[in-house]
Amino acid sequence: MASSSTNRADALSAAVLWTIALGIGAALAWVLLDVVRGAAGATSPWLTYLSSPPADQGASGGIASVLVSTLLLLALALAVALPLGLGTAVLLTEAATARGDSSLVSVVRLAMHVLAGTPSIVFGLFGGVLFVEVLGLGYSLAAGGLTLGCMVLPIFVRAAESSLRAVPVEWRAGAAALGLSRFACLRRVVLPAALPGIAAGLVLGIGRALAETAALLFTAGAVLRMPSSIGDSGRSLSVHIYELSMFVPGGEAAAYRAAAVLVALLLALNLGAAAIVRIGQRHGAQG
Amino acid sequence: MDLPEWKRARGGSPRRWGVDQFGAMLLRACGLMSATLVLLMLGFLAWYAWPLLGRSGELLATSDWEPSSSRYGLLSMVASTLAVTLGAMLLSAPLGVASAVFARHYAPRPVAAVQRRLVELLAGIPSVVYGFWGLITLVPWIARWRGSGSSLLAATLVLALMVLPTVALLSDAALGAVPGDQARGAAALGMGRWAAVRRVILPAAMPGILRAWLLASMRAAGETMAVLMVAGNVVRLPGDPFAPVRTLTANMALEMGYAYGDHQAALFFSGLLLLALVAAGALLAERLERRGARWSMVRSEPGSDPGLAPEEAIHG
Repeated sequence: MASSSTNRADALSAAVLWTIALGIGAALAWVLLDVVRGAAGATSPWLTYLSSPPADQGASGGIASVLVSTLLLLALALAVALPLGLGTAVLLTEAATARGDSSLVSVVRLAMHVLAGTPSIVFGLFGGVLFVEVLGLGYSLAAGGLTLGCMVLPIFVRAAESSLRAVPVEWRAGAAALGLSRFACLRRVVLPAALPGIAAGLVLGIGRALAETAALLFTAGAVLRMPSSIGDSGRSLSVHIYELSMFVPGGEAAAYRAAAVLVALLLALNLGAAAIVRIGQRHGAQG
Repeated sequence: MDLPEWKRARGGSPRRWGVDQFGAMLLRACGLMSATLVLLMLGFLAWYAWPLLGRSGELLATSDWEPSSSRYGLLSMVASTLAVTLGAMLLSAPLGVASAVFARHYAPRPVAAVQRRLVELLAGIPSVVYGFWGLITLVPWIARWRGSGSSLLAATLVLALMVLPTVALLSDAALGAVPGDQARGAAALGMGRWAAVRRVILPAAMPGILRAWLLASMRAAGETMAVLMVAGNVVRLPGDPFAPVRTLTANMALEMGYAYGDHQAALFFSGLLLLALVAAGALLAERLERRGARWSMVRSEPGSDPGLAPEEAIHG
């Protein structure tokens, strides 16, 4: 039998928590609706906007060159993070028990923790020195992409590691019992089973790279022209929003529209990652 | 089944052994490269900050930042970074935990699922969009009271909203890792829902919640774009919430483009400072994670949502 004071405390806490939850929902709605409303005022059709070159420093015209630069940056970042991250994740899960590797594994794990928490502007300083100056790439998509690759690495490693870990140990033991080498077991049993989780991690990594601004300011630069190669400087969508809202007079409307495109892309990526995880759980060994 | 058994299993043919050996080398190379990245970063930051490293004490204890006359006092910017971080955490730490408690222990299951999805959405909005939103809506709104609007207050509010999902999602995971038996035991003792949450569940989840707060404050301290866009960026000691401030990160973003010599060294010094802070935080977070892992052995909440791991939904 609950006392009346217990009931009162429960009712009061429920009221407070419902209010907070609704408040968080309202804050989200405020941000999203503001972006949508600001972008809805634009006059030119969306397809024209996405496919035509920018004009007036981006305040009018489209974002074709910005989208191309963004895609090149993402492709470069993945080219770095995918092989290196997958190798690292496999090391962390599969080699963890091998003799002599345990200290390497703990060092790598700590390094991933530090990298995951490193502020993006610090990645920007680092990339600006290593890729732009020391390796002589200059302000370029190549330097920006490599910097983004370093940033995305810990996210991808964590996702890949957790999905590799979710593959039951019995499967590996079964493969070993059938006489498969560790490598064959990895290639034919473990990796296919962990594929959905790895793919989801990849999509999340793309999202992180897409959202990034600070690390690109001093690596990829902010040139608005269509890049002719990865040696050119280029402006990502996020940097475009920053430049428009801070430095371009009358750039507000254009910034709203670019922000709407960026948010829509990120929402699509997040939904995609969640869908991949769910499909994997239905069909695979995960979960 | 123990993994070392494979060593016996794979001892079959020499060719296979060669492939395994090669694979292991490749993996170690990947791991080494990933780990080296951190060392490289530390090394480069230290190398570029070197000219001023000997004067660290002076840099941290003085507050005039006038690169044109070779004065590189970082104190006011360090204090501003601490002020916005503290302010943002004062708001988001309780609200984030409340949101997690709501989703785990108060909301009906469909509502909890929607709430969790909303928080994930909030986590997915990039910092530059938060900054832009703050600049367009929040800054003019604050300016109606006093000042120009670009201020310590604006930066604190935008940051609080930005790190709220980090606190909420990580606390949610921490609450989910508390064994259901504990809540049922509390109910069997006649405790109400609130009493059970406050006296049993929250204490049990505390290592995880502390970790959530720690990671969120690291994120707040390192955030650049959102703060840069709404804080006004005047170098001064923080005090008046309606006055503009400049954080360490904003300073780097503003001046890196044209700095050279000692000026550049001072910016790298502040980068090094942030990295050291983050590394210390990462060590502490890992320790908390290990302590929290005691519970995960018995993780068995049937109501939990099989979505993304909380860490994976957080970025920006």
